[in-house]
Amino acid sequence: STLTPFAEVEDTLKRIQGINGVIGTIVVNAEGIPIKTTLDNSTTVQYAGLLHQLTMKARSTVRDIDPQNDLTFLRIRSKKHEIMVSTDKEYLLIVIQNPAE
Amino acid sequence: MEIVYVYTKKRSEFGRQCNFSDRPAELHVDILPDTSLAANFTVRDPCNVTVQCAEEMSEHEVNTERFESESRGVNHVEGGWPKDLNPEDMEATIRYRKKVEKDEHYQNTIMQIAGLMEHCCKQNNATDIYQEFFEDEDEEVMEESEEQPSAKTINVFRDPNEVKRTATSLSWHPDGNHKLAVAYSSVEFQRAPNDTSFDSYIWDIENPNKPEMTLKPVSPLVCLEYNPKDSHILVGGSYNGQIAYWDTRKGSQPVEMSTIEHSHRDPVYKVIWLQSKTGTDIFSASTDGQVLWWDIRKMSEPTERLVLDPSKKGNLDSALGAVSLEFETTMPTKFMVGTEQGLVVSCNRKAKTPAEKIVCTYSGHHGPIYALQRNPLFPKNFLTVADWTARIWSEDIKESSIMWTKYHMAHLLDGCWSPVRPSVFFTVKMDGTLDVWDILFKQNDPTLSLKVCDEALYSIRVQDNGRFLGCGSQLGTTTLMEISAGLCTLQKNEKALVSEMFERETKREKILEARHREMRLKERSRSEQSREDEGKEADGEESAAELVARAEREFFDIMEAEKKKEEKERDTVKDVLLLE
Repeated sequence: STLTPFAEVEDTLKRIQGINGVIGTIVVNAEGIPIKTTLDNSTTVQYAGLLHQLTMKARSTVRDIDPQNDLTFLRIRSKKHEIMVSTDKEYLLIVIQNPAE
Repeated sequence: MEIVYVYTKKRSEFGRQCNFSDRPAELHVDILPDTSLAANFTVRDPCNVTVQCAEEMSEHEVNTERFESESRGVNHVEGGWPKDLNPEDMEATIRYRKKVEKDEHYQNTIMQIAGLMEHCCKQNNATDIYQEFFEDEDEEVMEESEEQPSAKTINVFRDPNEVKRTATSLSWHPDGNHKLAVAYSSVEFQRAPNDTSFDSYIWDIENPNKPEMTLKPVSPLVCLEYNPKDSHILVGGSYNGQIAYWDTRKGSQPVEMSTIEHSHRDPVYKVIWLQSKTGTDIFSASTDGQVLWWDIRKMSEPTERLVLDPSKKGNLDSALGAVSLEFETTMPTKFMVGTEQGLVVSCNRKAKTPAEKIVCTYSGHHGPIYALQRNPLFPKNFLTVADWTARIWSEDIKESSIMWTKYHMAHLLDGCWSPVRPSVFFTVKMDGTLDVWDILFKQNDPTLSLKVCDEALYSIRVQDNGRFLGCGSQLGTTTLMEISAGLCTLQKNEKALVSEMFERETKREKILEARHREMRLKERSRSEQSREDEGKEADGEESAAELVARAEREFFDIMEAEKKKEEKERDTVKDVLLLE
C-alpha cells in the first residue's frame, strides 16, 4: 500500500476502534506501559496492569502443558462485556467490546 | 499429705557397695489345677479366627484452632517506565511513546495481532455465543419436578462477646441483601450481667468470623431496621426507650438519639420506616402504651403521639403495651399494633382526633403478639404469632381469626410471610425449631419443620427473594438458611387458590359468628323468661369457684390424655427399634 508503516498501524487501530460495539483499545508493551490507548489514563493503567499479569499467567500455563506451544489470544467474557487480548512476545493489544445482544 | 519413710544410717557406712547374698528358691504360691473348672468350658470345633495380613492403621482427627483470615488488596500504581523517566512528566512520556511507535518491530507486531483481533471482534458481532436457547421451555420443566421441601444452613454468625445476648431483631440490607444487621440485647428483665456489651453488629453474609461493622448504642438495641430508601441509614430502638439512628458512612456511634424525656419509658420493641417524600419518617412502639412518630432529622421530640387506650380516652394508665407494629407501604393511612395483652389494634393515621385513631381491635390470642404482618399479596389478611399458635385473620372479622395452627408444645416467638408465595409463612419456636407452613399443601402441620439450634429462636427475617432467611437465637447465634426452590417459586394458580381459601374461611367465620349471635340472643331471652317465671332461683348458674374447679379438671384431663398419647407413641417407637 502507499501508506507508511506508521500510518498503516494508525489506520488499523482506528479500524478496530470503529468496529461495532468496541468500547476501547489499548496497546501495552512488555513492561506494562500503555503505548496507545483510547481510554482515560486511570482506566488504561488499571487494564494494562491487570491484564498484563493475567496474560503472563495464561502464557505460562499454556507453556507448562506443552513447552512448544505459546499463547496467542485470550478472551474473557464477563456479564457486561468481552475483553480480548491478542498477544505477542513483546506487545499486547487489548480490546474491550460489548458483544452483540 | 506427704508419705515419708525415714531411716537412719551411720555416716561411716555411706557409699559402701551393696552386699548381695545367695538365697535358695522359695516357693511362695502354688496353685494346683482344678479340673472341676473345666466344666465351665466346651470344646469348640471348628474355630473361626479371622486373620488379616494388612498394615495396621489408626485414624486420628484433629481440629485446628479457627483460622482468621483477612482480605487485603494492593493498589496498582503506574510503573514499568524506565528509571530515568518521570511518569508524571507528560512530555517525556509522550516522547517515549512516540519513540516506541516508530520502531519497526512494533509496527510489524501490531499489524499481526491486530489482524487476529479484528477477526474476533467481527466474530462477536456476527453471533452471540452465549445466547440462551429454550428459555421459555425452562419454566415448564421446573414445574414438573417434585422435590421434597428442604432447607439448609448456609452460614452461622455467632455473637463475638463472651456474654451472649439474644439476637432480638434482624434486618436485611435493602440493595442486594449482602448484609444483615442484627440487634442484640438481653430480653430477661435485669438478668444481664453488668459487663454485657451493648453493641449490635452488621454482618457481611460471606464472612461469619467477624462482623463487618459494629453499632455502639447507649443502651442495647431491641430492634433495628435499614432504611429501605437509603441503604446507609439504620434506625434502632433501644432497651431504655430511646430511638437512635446510624449512618454507616459515619461510623459506629449513632448520628443522633432521641431525648430521654420524650422517648418511650419501656424498651422499644418495634420501629418501622414510613413512606414519605423525605424518607426520614419512622414510627416506634413500646410496652409503655405509646406509639410515637419521629422525623430522624429532628430527634429531640416526636412529631406525633398515640396512646393505645382501648377506651379511647388517651389514658396512659389503662393503655395496652405494644410489642409489634405493622405497616404496609401500599396502605399508608392504616397501621396495626400487636399488644402484650393479646389484642391487635387497627389504627388510622389520618384521623382528626386521637379517639378516632383507634379503629377496632381483634382479640383471640392469650399472650403478647410477637409478630404481626399482612400477607404481601393479600393485604386484607394478616398473620399474628403469639402464645402457642399462629393465626391468620381477615380484616373484616373481628371476633376471631379465620385460620389457626394447633397449639404447639413450645411458645412461638416470631413469624413472617414469604414475600414471594402468598401461601407460605415461617414461624420460630422456643425450642429452637423453624417451621415452614404452606397452607395450600397442609394445614394441620408445618410443611417443613427444622431444628435450627437447642436454644430458643427469637427472631426471623426472610429476604425479599423469599429464598434466604435469617433466624436469631437466644445465645446470639444468627443462622442463615436457604430454602428449597419449591417453597420460594410461585406455583401456577397459587394466587387464585389462596384467595379462594381466605374467602372461604372468612365466610365460614361470618356464618359461625352469626350463629353464635343468634344462640346468645336465644339464651338471653330464655333466661330472662325463666327468671320472670320462677322468680329468684339460681338456676343452673354455677358459682365462680365451681367454674374454676371444673376448668381445672377439664384441663388436667386433656393433659393426661396428651401425655398418655405421647407415651404410647414412644412405646411403639421403642418396639420398632427392638425389633430391628
